[in-house]
Amino acid sequence: MEYFIQQLINGLTLGSIYGLIAIGYTMVYGIIGMINFAHGDVFMVGAFIALAVIVALGLTAASGIGMLALALFLALVVSMLITSAWGWTVERMAYRPLRGSFRLAPLITAIGMSITLQNFVQVSQGARNKPIEPLIRGGVELSRGTTAGGVTIGATISTMQIIIIVTTIVLMTIFSLIIAKTPLGRAQRACEQDAKMASLLGINVDRTISLTFVMGAALASVAGLMFLLYYGVVDFYIGFLAGVKAFTAAVLGGIGSLPGAMLGGLLIGLIEVFWSGYFTIEYKDVAAFSILAIVLIFLPSGLLGKPEVEKV
Amino acid sequence: MADATQPTAVTVRPEGAQAKREDRAAALEGELPFEGRREETFGQRLLSALKDAGVAALLALVLFLFLIGARTRIETGGLDIEWRWEGLFVAVMVVFFGRLVFSTAWAKDRTRFAVAGGVTLVAAAIFFLLRLQGEPAQWWFAALATAGAVGLVRNRVGTRYGASIRQASGSLGLRRAFTFIGPVLIAFAILFPFMPFADRRVLDLGILVMTYVMLGWGLNIVVGLAGLLDLGYVAFYAVGAYSFALLATNFDLGFWICLPLAGILAAFWGVILGFPVLRLRGDYLAIVTLAFGEIIRVVLLNWYEVTGGPDGVSRIPKPTLFGIEFRRGEGNFADLFGLEYSSVHRFIFLYYIILGLALLTNFVTMRLRRLPIGRAWEALREDEIACRSLGINTTTTKLTAFSIGAMFGGFAGAFFATRQGFISPESFTFIESAIILAIVVLGGLGSQVGVVIASVVMIGGFELFREFEEYRMLVFGLAMVLIMVWRPRGLISSREPSAVLKEKKMIGGDLVAQGEGH
Repeated sequence: MEYFIQQLINGLTLGSIYGLIAIGYTMVYGIIGMINFAHGDVFMVGAFIALAVIVALGLTAASGIGMLALALFLALVVSMLITSAWGWTVERMAYRPLRGSFRLAPLITAIGMSITLQNFVQVSQGARNKPIEPLIRGGVELSRGTTAGGVTIGATISTMQIIIIVTTIVLMTIFSLIIAKTPLGRAQRACEQDAKMASLLGINVDRTISLTFVMGAALASVAGLMFLLYYGVVDFYIGFLAGVKAFTAAVLGGIGSLPGAMLGGLLIGLIEVFWSGYFTIEYKDVAAFSILAIVLIFLPSGLLGKPEVEKV
Repeated sequence: MADATQPTAVTVRPEGAQAKREDRAAALEGELPFEGRREETFGQRLLSALKDAGVAALLALVLFLFLIGARTRIETGGLDIEWRWEGLFVAVMVVFFGRLVFSTAWAKDRTRFAVAGGVTLVAAAIFFLLRLQGEPAQWWFAALATAGAVGLVRNRVGTRYGASIRQASGSLGLRRAFTFIGPVLIAFAILFPFMPFADRRVLDLGILVMTYVMLGWGLNIVVGLAGLLDLGYVAFYAVGAYSFALLATNFDLGFWICLPLAGILAAFWGVILGFPVLRLRGDYLAIVTLAFGEIIRVVLLNWYEVTGGPDGVSRIPKPTLFGIEFRRGEGNFADLFGLEYSSVHRFIFLYYIILGLALLTNFVTMRLRRLPIGRAWEALREDEIACRSLGINTTTTKLTAFSIGAMFGGFAGAFFATRQGFISPESFTFIESAIILAIVVLGGLGSQVGVVIASVVMIGGFELFREFEEYRMLVFGLAMVLIMVWRPRGLISSREPSAVLKEKKMIGGDLVAQGEGH
């Protein structure tokens, strides 16, 4: 029982990270109908910038809790700002020139940007992975029990996991409020539905799209910082892996739908963790992708996706 | 009539019919009918270009601050940060001057030309100064010098000669040359190993390029003809390679027997992939095919008992010519034909095998395009609903496209296995799929010649950059972005229609749908 609870907690944490990245994918897809392959690598860039700020501030586990909180907050803000700039630049370079073009051209440029970002970080930061010591320690023990073999195990939720889940819930709420209540959110929904009409009504479509990319990148940078603090190691390749999984999550939940992205992220995280916990760890990716394929056979638009109405 | 040469703050314009009359009169006189448009002075344009470049440099500063400016190094006791202010300064300066050159290069007057030239000189001066100091700044400044040179050339050619070049190519030259380009390329490819510059290294490069050409032609069937967005083509490549390797090593069969078997197995996997994606739209199709590619790779990596896991499969037999092997000694190729043994012979043989396979792919594709199945593929690409309403069975059409494309991928994989002698899952990553897709899209979807050109440019260019080991992939990614932004429809922007009413004419690439992958 404790094992199950522990896996559940781990799955939810991992799922939250995937969900934050998946929101970026789904927002961009919703507004311009294109897959932003470089988004996973924007997440990686966010993690690296946060790492640089943390190391520059000379943060260690021995720093006091006040200093830790302040420094991490600073790392978060700086990372969000710079990663948003990266997201904006990626959009300007790879997507805007091809705005009127067909589906495949922006896909290729996105893949090209993804390769460029990965190799840029590899060249400028070195190919080795960068470890840091765990900065946030401690946890809360939820329950304790004995297994069949007589071993005492306990299910703990670490402070880091609490922070991740709480941050994700807060960010989700903020974003849902932004989308539902603010003028920016209205502009985004208008552009999603009919970009031409929105521009006729005076909405600056270019700016709305850029802001969507910027918001997605900001969320990805938060996910990057969380990833860095949770796993303690980053390298230039995490973007691709996390990106593919998050994209899978966005598609699973129904691409274009914000709650779908979060739901998809949580599901993929849970599937991965439970599969590696109860079966084998090598095939966890296979399990996640197979679940995606099976769900898409029966629900071609994903779990919460709206079926595309095609006008003939 | 408003005076177009002086900026006026308030002008009362005549309205209605009188405005139209006056506009027409102005047009006949050669004067701008609309007023208020001032010619910007050179100083103002330079100022705006400088502001533009300044904003770009500021953005570059923000972007590169922690990535170039700071580098985290692994030291004992944790990470340490190293500040590289010179690198950051160089990067920001490159962006500033590069942007300045590019905004001034689209100029129509000679003074811009002078500015572009001046900037290039300044950049070159900084470059040489740094070189004198021993700074390894070569890469960045080579790029900047190139940008400056491009800006200069563009400025010169674009204005005076560009129009005439475009006219010449449009009217007769290029279009008519197009019909000859196919046979010329084939003749060149056949004679390639006997050319004077074809030593072993160049031949190896040729084999690599031909392999990618074949993969591109195979993917062209799925993406270019049928319009199904397949991001996991490397899965069929891997299945072909591994099935060939396992059949050859476990059952001791030769290359020529295993080749068709590998193709059949890959085609079988194509059908298996095709089933779940039948109902999916473009992006869902893309992600599922991507997922399949990853699944295959993960399975190959972890199924140790059968595929050898990360160790791969080794000691794959080389191909033989009717049983004659290409080794040193008695009874082998060199001995039988009275030639001096040279390892080049095997490479030439491999080259002709892949050339034959690629030409087979091309031949089959061209023939299939004229058969009903090919027409069904292209109809599927253009409009699936119209297809279905005309009674075409979209299920079998899609599955056929996947399986035939997969079969050729399998052939290419089998060839890859036998050429290397050893395969491992490392060669079958998503990047390979991306490269093949990029070749197909860059060449122009559905265009056979375009795939060849794109393959030569990308793979050949990639190999040429071998000295810049670290920067190679970075330049590759940037090149992909830049070429797609420059030519979204691919390098070959015209297509040959499959069905004609009267006269066969090349049509523009934008009249051909790129496929939603329904």
